[in-house]
Amino acid sequence: MTQNRDEALDPVVGTAVPGDQIKIRARDINVFYGAKQALFDVSLDVAEKSVTALIGPSGCGKSTFLRCINRMNDTIAGARVQGRIELDGEDVNDRGIDPVVLRARVGMVFQKPNPFPKTIYENVAYGPRIHGIATTKAELDAIVEKSLKRAGLWAEVSDRLQQPGTGLSGGQQQRLVIARAIAVSPEVILMDEPCSALDPIATARIEELIDELRNQYCIVIVTHSMAQAARVSQRTAFFHMGKLVEAGDTGDIFTNPRDSRTQDYITGRFG
Amino acid sequence: MTDAPMSTSATLRQTVEARLKVRHAQERRFRAYGLAAIFVALAFLTVLLGRIVSQGYTTFLEYSLTVPVYVDPARVDRTDISGANFDLLIADQVLGRLGIKDDDFGTQSSKMMDILSNDLGFQLLQKVKANPSLIGKTVSVTGPVRADGALYYKGEIKKSTPEDERKLDNTQLQWLDKMKSMGMVSSGFNTGFLTKSDSTEPEQAGVWGAIVGSTMMLIVTALLAVPIGVLAATYLEEFAAKNRWTDIIEVNINNLAAVPSIVYGLLGLAVFINWLHVPRSSPLLGGLVLALMALPTVIIATRSALKAVPPSIREAALGVGASKTQTVFHHVLPLAMPGVMTGAILSMAHALGETAPLLMIGMVSFVPGVPEGFTGAATVLPVQVFIWENASERAFHERTAGAIMVLLVFMIVMNLAAILLRRRFERRW
Repeated sequence: MTQNRDEALDPVVGTAVPGDQIKIRARDINVFYGAKQALFDVSLDVAEKSVTALIGPSGCGKSTFLRCINRMNDTIAGARVQGRIELDGEDVNDRGIDPVVLRARVGMVFQKPNPFPKTIYENVAYGPRIHGIATTKAELDAIVEKSLKRAGLWAEVSDRLQQPGTGLSGGQQQRLVIARAIAVSPEVILMDEPCSALDPIATARIEELIDELRNQYCIVIVTHSMAQAARVSQRTAFFHMGKLVEAGDTGDIFTNPRDSRTQDYITGRFG
Repeated sequence: MTDAPMSTSATLRQTVEARLKVRHAQERRFRAYGLAAIFVALAFLTVLLGRIVSQGYTTFLEYSLTVPVYVDPARVDRTDISGANFDLLIADQVLGRLGIKDDDFGTQSSKMMDILSNDLGFQLLQKVKANPSLIGKTVSVTGPVRADGALYYKGEIKKSTPEDERKLDNTQLQWLDKMKSMGMVSSGFNTGFLTKSDSTEPEQAGVWGAIVGSTMMLIVTALLAVPIGVLAATYLEEFAAKNRWTDIIEVNINNLAAVPSIVYGLLGLAVFINWLHVPRSSPLLGGLVLALMALPTVIIATRSALKAVPPSIREAALGVGASKTQTVFHHVLPLAMPGVMTGAILSMAHALGETAPLLMIGMVSFVPGVPEGFTGAATVLPVQVFIWENASERAFHERTAGAIMVLLVFMIVMNLAAILLRRRFERRW
């Protein structure tokens, strides 16, 4: 147990990400919500052009960690983040980094599909428009089409772009939200349990999509489903009670966990 | 093995069934309470509206008199047209038509003038002034029957009442009957009530000036209270740090919403009149005071509308890199708009009916016309109701109820606008 503990505090456990492939480097992250500490000294490397799954029981801090990466924790009153998170070697918490710019580079998809109550077109066009990425209507149209195609939604909505995005099914809404995130050409996409509100068929579609997107983006996904983590991710990090217990290649984590807690969790003994 | 669970489930069922009766009875009772509450509320409303309408509908019935008048050159001096007594001229000619001779003291004609509105004389004066060649010719004028005469036609003044207890004596009533039977009197919808302004003569008094005054005042109120209130609420809800200071501000805003309106009148008197020298009795002044009064309500309504916007929308906008301001103005506020609009219009409707603070700032004055701009003297509907209710002439009392009806219609229109705006905004999203 003591040995496990020490291992969990070790900055990078399991197979390390080769230095030239590191997209996000987190070191000694501590997060506090008021007086309550939610994350304890988490250090994790995330590789680019791959999917990293964060797993662990509810309240273990995996979503909190995810929200550190694009500084969404800033929006929570009383939240405090300590430690260093680098995106391409740049500290995201640096004073010189505007969260607005950061969030354009690090897109996010939430647990519940949350399209804007606007048209499908407007949902996707909103990001490029506020960032001034597209200057003409034709450019914007092209971005919308490309993003929807990449999110695998174009075939279903191309004839009803002017209809409200909220009128789509749950799975379609989630793909619309992914298209919205892609539209600003981010480098990283954070997904916070993107399939927990979806049925198995819609889930399968999203998982396929994640697999396709991996070629271009660094994806970090929080999931409650171990099967999903095993299916979509190349690397997995297991969180428990605010600590990073183990991280490594997904295959290793699921077949040969080093920590007994990881073993217990993935075999369904708790969580 | 199977018996034990069976017996427990049987007793469970009995217990549940025994309770079931009580539960159903409870449900029926609460439904009955609810229905009774609605019934009582509706009954009150019906009594209230019924009383106002039954008292006030006669306001909209007008009796007007058409008289051909021979403009006698002997009585109207071409060089001093305004000096002529047109009222007396008309009264004499009406008497002549009725076949009544006046005595040397003019008792009959002064009695006649009591039932003819001075509007007739005024109209004739205007006509002759505009066209002096009418002198020596016969001109037809149409004007309202004086209020007491109209009350007799409407059955408010009865012949059966002893003569010394009513305003019109028997002769006057006979004349009124005769005028009607001769076809000089016609009745119709009283458009004058809606197109004229206040007057000392009930039959010539209308609510147009008050409607315009109320509208102008509400414009000032809305222009001040809505933007300030919405921005204050947006800042407090979306931007301000949640600390002790914002708590204090919030408590105070809630308290201000409960401050009696007359206190705002006192404040207006001290600040706007005595210190800032805003012209008293003007729509600007009334609007300023009512804006102060409406502000807390607008803020509270806006804040609750903002609170009702799901946080997922804020996260979505922030997640694609919108700034805080963009998030609020592109997404949160538009989504809250139906609620904001409803709150704002309802507080405007409330302000429309407010009287007490306006009395404090001297809006309770006789204003026989439409306000001349936002700094001119004005009267507003609720104050007009107050003024007429205090008038001694009986004919003003039906006008009080009539003005209340106009005020209610004004409010219903505003509430309808609130509902329509709400629907429209909701459909857009």
